[in-house]
Amino acid sequence: MALDLNQTISFSPLHRLQWEEAQQKDVILYPEGMVELNQSSAAILKLCDGKSTPDQIVSTLEQQFSATGLQKDVHQFLEIALNNGWVQQP
Amino acid sequence: MAGSNNLNITPPRWLLAELTYKCPLQCPYCSNPLDYAKYPQELSTEDWKRVLSQARKMGAVQLGLSGGEPLTRQDLPEIVQHARELGYYSNLITSGYGLNEDKIIALKEAGLDHIQVSIQASTQELNDHLAGTESYLHKREVARLVKKHDYPMVLCVVIHRENIHQMQQILEMAEELGADYLEVANTQYYGWAHVNRDQLLPTREQFLEAEEIAQAYKEKVVGKMKIYYVIPDFYEDRPKACMNGWGTTFLTIAPDGVALPCHSARELPGLDCPNVNDHSIEEIWHDSKAFNFFRGDDWMQEPCRSCDEKEKDKGGCRCQAYIMTGDMHSTDPVCSKSPQHHLIDEAVQSARNSALSTEEKPLVFRNSKNSKLHF
Ligand code: SF4
Ligand code: SF4
Repeated sequence: MALDLNQTISFSPLHRLQWEEAQQKDVILYPEGMVELNQSSAAILKLCDGKSTPDQIVSTLEQQFSATGLQKDVHQFLEIALNNGWVQQP
Repeated sequence: MAGSNNLNITPPRWLLAELTYKCPLQCPYCSNPLDYAKYPQELSTEDWKRVLSQARKMGAVQLGLSGGEPLTRQDLPEIVQHARELGYYSNLITSGYGLNEDKIIALKEAGLDHIQVSIQASTQELNDHLAGTESYLHKREVARLVKKHDYPMVLCVVIHRENIHQMQQILEMAEELGADYLEVANTQYYGWAHVNRDQLLPTREQFLEAEEIAQAYKEKVVGKMKIYYVIPDFYEDRPKACMNGWGTTFLTIAPDGVALPCHSARELPGLDCPNVNDHSIEEIWHDSKAFNFFRGDDWMQEPCRSCDEKEKDKGGCRCQAYIMTGDMHSTDPVCSKSPQHHLIDEAVQSARNSALSTEEKPLVFRNSKNSKLHF
């Protein structure tokens, strides 16, 4: 599945994103499985609110981290997330 | 209890709560211990809540609610709610028997995350024969209701010689029912499946054909339905890593409160598995003899001890080593380097003879009457 830049993106209702105190990490939980996230992946996923498009997410992140040139990495990660079913587009 | 000098103990991530051994079904491959009827005692609601709290504090996050049939516990919604409050992701592993729309809604409100329904076959006749109970149509209805109430739906079908020829139909059935995940689990030969191995183990040809069908289907439904294909290790030349490493990840609590490093570990001799009525989860995980027994690799015999693959498969399954060789320390005989690998070949041959024979032994169904023959 390819990322559609014109569509909004939302976190999948069939998964749960949660902070794990014991691991000091955000994780994605789904039936009988778990993925541990690094800080930047977690930050991206938290912005998948069903209202923002991929590039709106990029600019929010660039502000949040006072950085530029994040577009390529964010697109890449969102595509992985899409193919894993963690996020979805309408 | 043995001393805890092991500083590298990782915390449990998975808690498997076997709430009860009671089950209206009688699957001949059930992984419950053969002598389960010897342990009719069950933990109370308060006990389960305490266990959940203690394990969560250590870092457990995935919770399996299984059995037997967990729906026979009337306090299931209360246990689920407690789990939700603690932040567990809770998985109900059920035959679907006794599940109706009201209960599905109540469990959702209590905070249940996912329901896994097992189906025995793709046709009513075979399903009901294997389950030892009329249950097929109801299971299909349950699967529909699970979807309707927005749970991720996982179907689980255990594969063996009686249903392996239905592989294509099983995959189609799962897709038609709208499963998000399909677990196609080849039978693992412990517990009841071990007793019935001659009747259940598919031939190599059957296995290869079924695997090809499943792999092709995986491609077809990519992005729509995830297929987990659990291989039958009898046809591999390396064993599976037992429980991701003994006492590293998984914690099973049996209905009577006995804590097990693997759900089959009750059958291993001399482990003295501790009970949650006597010890906290923290003590059990760190200090008990049972949980330290196969930690690390000091316990290994040759050829595992000096093998460069030991990090990968940890010498294989301890229960399989015990059940096949009589020594729970030995190399899992599935491994082609095992001096006892011929035991696997013999088992395969024996099942093949049985498949070709005209007078096959009947299956031994899992029920209290048959269980009592084992103690
Ligand atoms: S495998 Fe079958 S008999 Fe065993 S607990 Fe599950 S549903 Fe019951
Ligand atoms: S000899 Fe032991 S450690 Fe080596 S591959 Fe076989 S089971 Fe694994």
